[in-house]
Amino acid sequence: MSIQVLVFYLFGTLLTLSALAVITVRNPVYAALFLVLAFFTSAGIWMLLEVEFLAITLVLVYVGAVMVLFLFVVMMLDINLDRLREGFARYLPVGILVALVMAGELLLIIWTKGAQNLVLDEGNPDGFSNTAYLGERLYTQYLYPFEIAAVILLVAIVAAIALTHRGRREGGRYQDPARQVQVKKDDRVRVISMPAVDQKESDA
Amino acid sequence: MSAYFTELTLAHFLTLGAILFSLSVAGIFLNRKNVIILLMAIELMLLAVNMNFVAFSRFHGNADGQVFVFFILTVAAAEAAIGLAILVVLFRNRNTINVAELDDLKG
Repeated sequence: MSIQVLVFYLFGTLLTLSALAVITVRNPVYAALFLVLAFFTSAGIWMLLEVEFLAITLVLVYVGAVMVLFLFVVMMLDINLDRLREGFARYLPVGILVALVMAGELLLIIWTKGAQNLVLDEGNPDGFSNTAYLGERLYTQYLYPFEIAAVILLVAIVAAIALTHRGRREGGRYQDPARQVQVKKDDRVRVISMPAVDQKESDA
Repeated sequence: MSAYFTELTLAHFLTLGAILFSLSVAGIFLNRKNVIILLMAIELMLLAVNMNFVAFSRFHGNADGQVFVFFILTVAAAEAAIGLAILVVLFRNRNTINVAELDDLKG
């Protein structure tokens, strides 16, 4: 049993258990934290597969951004957990049944079609950069899809802000750039004509 | 010790992906009232799919799978952001995220 097999079974068990915790724990905050653990362990398994760039991206994007967003939303909403847990026990048997049938079918296909004959090889030679390899593909062969991905992210930003933005509150203090640039000198400065005063005489 | 523990094969990684996918399907059944957990189950499903893509990419020596995972990550991030924004608006308007109470469109 090599170290790779050991690491795979360790991380695989951890991943399965944390996924199980995500769908069964009562508190959504804990579910989000277990999901973070799941993403972290799968990043470890991806490292085992020498997919370094995607493993780091998974940690940065998911653990760093998406899950923080989830935690923000979960903590922001004041939700009634008891109402949301209704039906958990009722749907438990059918959930387990569907999961078992589905897993059975998938495993049947995986283990009878020769996937177990493809053995993990030595992998990339020393000095091989997965990031450079992937980046070369992204900026040549997949350039247009890559640009479209950027546009999708932009659309997501605009959509998220447009959905949640409440507009200006009544009575709030806001700048009006249109009025600011319309200002003339006369609106701000008033030149007053005054008679000259002899300073020494007025001090005395 | 059986062959399952002597060396890692493609089937190992596909099995992990299959288990993860089945668990998230079960999660959708169990938590069908809580939209937040539903979104998390969808994220888990995408992770299972990504696991398969990465495994195939590695075992076939083809970078296309990794590029596809990259795009899935992008779309999943956008989906999570918009989904949570909808969730926030929903909670603001209805004061609940219970799926059973969201039946306004029912004829």
